[in-house]
Amino acid sequence: MKAAAAAASSAISGAKPRRETGGFSTLYHKELADHFHSARFKLVFALLILTSLASLYGALSSISDATFTSSEYLFLAIYTASGSSIPSFASFLAYLAPLAGLAMGFDAINRERTQGTLTRLVSQPIHRDAVINAKFLAGTTVVFIMIFFVGIMVGGLGLAILGIPPVGEELLRIFSYLALTAVYTALWLGVSILCSTLCKHAATSALIVIAVWIYLTLFASMVASIIANIAYPLDGIQGYYNMYGNYELQLSLERTSPYYLYCEAATTLLNPNVRTIGITTQASVSGALASYLSFDQSLLLVWPHLTVMLALTMAAFTVSYIAFMRQEIRA
Amino acid sequence: MADTIIETKALTKRYGGLTAVDDLNLTVRQGEVFGLLGPNGAGKTTTTLMLLGLTEPTGGTASISGVDCTRNPIQVKRFVGYLPDNMGFYPDMTGRQNLRMTGAMNGLSGDYLEARIDELVARVGMTEAVDRRAGTYSKGMKQRLGIADILIKDPDVLIMDEPTNGIDPEGMHELMALIRELAEKDGKTILISSHQLHQIQQICDRVGIFVKGKLVACGEIGELGKQLEQESGFRLEVGAEPGGKALAEALRGVEGVSSVEESGENFLVQSAADVSDAVARALLTRNFHLTYLRQCGSDLDEIYSRYFVKAGEQHEGSRSGSIFRHLRGEAKA
Repeated sequence: MKAAAAAASSAISGAKPRRETGGFSTLYHKELADHFHSARFKLVFALLILTSLASLYGALSSISDATFTSSEYLFLAIYTASGSSIPSFASFLAYLAPLAGLAMGFDAINRERTQGTLTRLVSQPIHRDAVINAKFLAGTTVVFIMIFFVGIMVGGLGLAILGIPPVGEELLRIFSYLALTAVYTALWLGVSILCSTLCKHAATSALIVIAVWIYLTLFASMVASIIANIAYPLDGIQGYYNMYGNYELQLSLERTSPYYLYCEAATTLLNPNVRTIGITTQASVSGALASYLSFDQSLLLVWPHLTVMLALTMAAFTVSYIAFMRQEIRA
Repeated sequence: MADTIIETKALTKRYGGLTAVDDLNLTVRQGEVFGLLGPNGAGKTTTTLMLLGLTEPTGGTASISGVDCTRNPIQVKRFVGYLPDNMGFYPDMTGRQNLRMTGAMNGLSGDYLEARIDELVARVGMTEAVDRRAGTYSKGMKQRLGIADILIKDPDVLIMDEPTNGIDPEGMHELMALIRELAEKDGKTILISSHQLHQIQQICDRVGIFVKGKLVACGEIGELGKQLEQESGFRLEVGAEPGGKALAEALRGVEGVSSVEESGENFLVQSAADVSDAVARALLTRNFHLTYLRQCGSDLDEIYSRYFVKAGEQHEGSRSGSIFRHLRGEAKA
């Protein structure tokens, strides 16, 4: 079939140097170039760099403090320690990385539509999905570059100032943490591309994704605790009996928010002290050795989180893919 | 007889209860300029989108060069260039970069592509502006760059949706010349959809008149005029000195004239056969000074007003109604 199509096209085009499937790579390169040239990318990137430098400063000043209770894993403290009222690198990134994802994608499709370039793209001999695939993959590439850049930059500067080299396990933890952050950001990229497919105007889709982001980041936990308190009141004697149910309900509600999942996973990865997530009873802890968790065990602990995050990213992309493929292309 | 290149059979598109294109049977022959005429919302754009496989028809088939447009859109798009109504370019890229990207999507590259861009840009008269950012272009420049853009893949068929929208008269003239040249010199088949009849008249070999999703008439412009004449008889517009009632009397006296109506300073003479000679002779022998004599019905204006201005009110006025029924039956047959 492909060969027949190629034969037909070459019969029409004569001696022209044609190659097949120019669509995806052309669009991918164009999208990457667009991102790197855009003021938005520069702004977000500058914001990420500045905040990570600030958090590095805070972390270093608190590490060099005499009262700092150091663990065996000092290098990881660069990412997790906060000081001088500056949040840690990890908490900064938890807030700002989604913003980077949103900024990269909220007008991906609807801008093409308003510019009138979408009709031009789809009237070329390329598969229609090449457009959205290229946009998502180019966005993901940019997100990975940004996250790994700031992560490695903080590590490198910290190494130069601190002078304590990281051990292999710390490096593994840092890289898996950065990969997790990049996947989390890609999730928000997927959500914003979904909005850009469904909304006609870039402003509408920007508002929607920002509202969703703020809700899931700031308010979801409040709502979860309110619901849990209504279902299992903690007042009076009955409150003691309700405690377990209350906590369990609140936790499961909070885990519907990707922000909470991400924070749980990030903490586990960056902090070998975290041995369990969720509810631990006295009985299950008794007899446990007070030691650090090895990297593979930490990874095992957050594997479900990572899976859910990837699944959510895929879901967001799949829905926008289907929506895009079924949409009317109108000038 | 030239080969058929674009063919639709019973092509239908419904949006919910609204039928945008209704049972369309259209053939466009190799190398001709075909004008798809109709008021806004007649289903012209929907038809062009279905020809490119960008919209799925509810029923029927469309094919270009024997390739099914719905099943094989990518193959169709290899040799069909589509100029949409509002052709857009990436504003941050130069005209040349925009064209280069289109070339790359069509699998072109290297020196061949650059040479082709230069050639096409020169042809549409954009050589000076092509290295400027596309965001600075005027509407007319965008349209010209759009034509260069669709020609990059060297298509056999060009589909243009309202190519003359928003272009000044000068630019329009150049555009028309360019389109005509593409058909005559390069042997492209061109389908133009428009609601602006005058340009269409200048450049089209055949036109199809499209009202409410139906093709109510199709053929050469002269042919359509003749069809109308046969249907409703000949109409002459006559003016003479001295005018007034005496003139009307004189016109009524001419053999074959069925009715005389006053329209402004002139009179409209209705007849079953061509009576212009007889009218002229009769007026001259009665010492009228003939100032105006024109046969109505053979220009597009007339066709336009009869077919699609009255389309909405086809049930009023028995004559235009009968034309419609007749022609619709023919278009379907």
